Amino acid sequence: MNTSITIGQYIPLSSPIHRLDARIKLGLTLLYIVTVFFAQNVLTYAMVFCYLALAVILSRIRVSMILKSLKPLTLVLIFTILINVFYARGEVIWQWWIFKIAWEGIFIALKMSIRIILLVAGSSLLTYTTSPIMLTDAIEALLSPLKLFRVPVGELAMMMSIALRFIPTLTEETAKIMNAQKARGADFETGGLIKRAKALIPILVPLFVSAFRRADELAMAMESRAYTGGDGRTRLKPLKARPSDVLALIGSILYFAACAVLGILGF
Amino acid sequence: MYEAQNLTYRYDENARAVIDGLDLKIEDGSFTVLIGHNGSGKSTLAKHFNAFLLPTGGKVYIKGLDSAAEENLPLIRRISGMVFQNPDNQIVAAVVEDDVAFGLENLGVPTEEMRKRVDEALTRVGMYDFRLHAPNLLSGGQKQRVAIAGIIAMRPEAILLDEPTAMLDPRGRQEVLDTIAMLNREYHITIVLITHHMNEAIGADRVVVLNRGKIVFDGTPKEVFPHVEELRALGLEVPTTVSLLYDLRKEGLDLPLDALTVEECGDALINALGQKKGSSF
Repeated sequence: MNTSITIGQYIPLSSPIHRLDARIKLGLTLLYIVTVFFAQNVLTYAMVFCYLALAVILSRIRVSMILKSLKPLTLVLIFTILINVFYARGEVIWQWWIFKIAWEGIFIALKMSIRIILLVAGSSLLTYTTSPIMLTDAIEALLSPLKLFRVPVGELAMMMSIALRFIPTLTEETAKIMNAQKARGADFETGGLIKRAKALIPILVPLFVSAFRRADELAMAMESRAYTGGDGRTRLKPLKARPSDVLALIGSILYFAACAVLGILGF
Repeated sequence: MYEAQNLTYRYDENARAVIDGLDLKIEDGSFTVLIGHNGSGKSTLAKHFNAFLLPTGGKVYIKGLDSAAEENLPLIRRISGMVFQNPDNQIVAAVVEDDVAFGLENLGVPTEEMRKRVDEALTRVGMYDFRLHAPNLLSGGQKQRVAIAGIIAMRPEAILLDEPTAMLDPRGRQEVLDTIAMLNREYHITIVLITHHMNEAIGADRVVVLNRGKIVFDGTPKEVFPHVEELRALGLEVPTTVSLLYDLRKEGLDLPLDALTVEECGDALINALGQKKGSSF
């Protein structure tokens, strides 16, 4: 089992997008998503697309990687298109039995699919260019106002990064348990859905038991390394916004605002 | 460094005492190996030296600090670091250098100082070239060295190691043992090593054998291991060198039982065989 793929999807490269402060990158991705929803017409879609294209070019991530991130979407896209095309309201241009197709339907279907593609491509660019640690640090920073409401933001971020850290370990362990069960004649590949689901029980039980044992030991190891919670911790790699990062932030916000205004006004 | 006075510990009020009225003093800068059968209380004892467990009877002092006083806890954790058996379950971060920095981040060490100490710790255990690797792609011995780096970056005065080699292959085991011995020799860090492998105890200053929560033997390896029959009666093995010498002695050869290292053992054998040749053939 290939475990290297499961540590996020981070592709370590040296590019302006990789170097961009993770907090700003995360914030901009969220703004970008909002902007995509504001886009209503060809012009605004083109503007959002240009922004994404520029970011992809700057990031030096290959376009094929971005397309790869869209692959799991195929089913969703087909479903969206079918629903929207046949959910016809307006001028019917084709009809057979209960199926009707209208221009409006085609138009909406197209818009929805472009929207989904832009959303997923934009957010995968974030995970491609930001290491999981940076990302959890950024989430912690953006959520830090919630500390006022006694939300344990530091602990939540720690939980997230530990979860990421243990994904490959637990994947390995699952493979080991499956092989052990197979060696004793367990069958995971044949039979109906229910039979296969039942076959998973002998995997899940030991996996959970071992996960709890690991959690216990990890807690002890963390405590012995002076972990007492999220407060008062310093960082090996603190997030630092450089002037160019702030410039990118301001520029992008202005651009997004323009997109949103043009979208609302409906040019 | 560590002192246990009439230490008693029960996991449960009515349970049998896991540690039973134990007195032990461990010197600064020494290398002590704790051995004993499963359930002998060796792990429980080590956890007292880190104030993970508090005595149900008697006292434990760490550098003169009473482990039962809660205000001493942060200082105690800084004085003695602990390395556990399973390297996977003590690595917190997804990148080697981030993991080594974890303890320092908790202590609130400033970033520049942290960078220096992380690099230094990784260099000492010979893992500097792997600083940007993902821990899950390392070998067991390498992971355990990363865990040790995470402890020494915090500059402890003592390191407690709870069977750190139990899950490693022979090569990984040797890597970890060499690292531990180097830390003791060159940086004078007090080492308390718990192990099942008697061969690992040969290089120690002192061997403490526990059974049912009591100390059975306490002395240098050369003093302890010749007690082959008593140790075997406790369900323990002796180093392979001693085992060989013991068997040959039973066959009537005149051999010492305290030739622990392979070299000493070899010399003793050559010596004994030479004498035999001279006299009876």
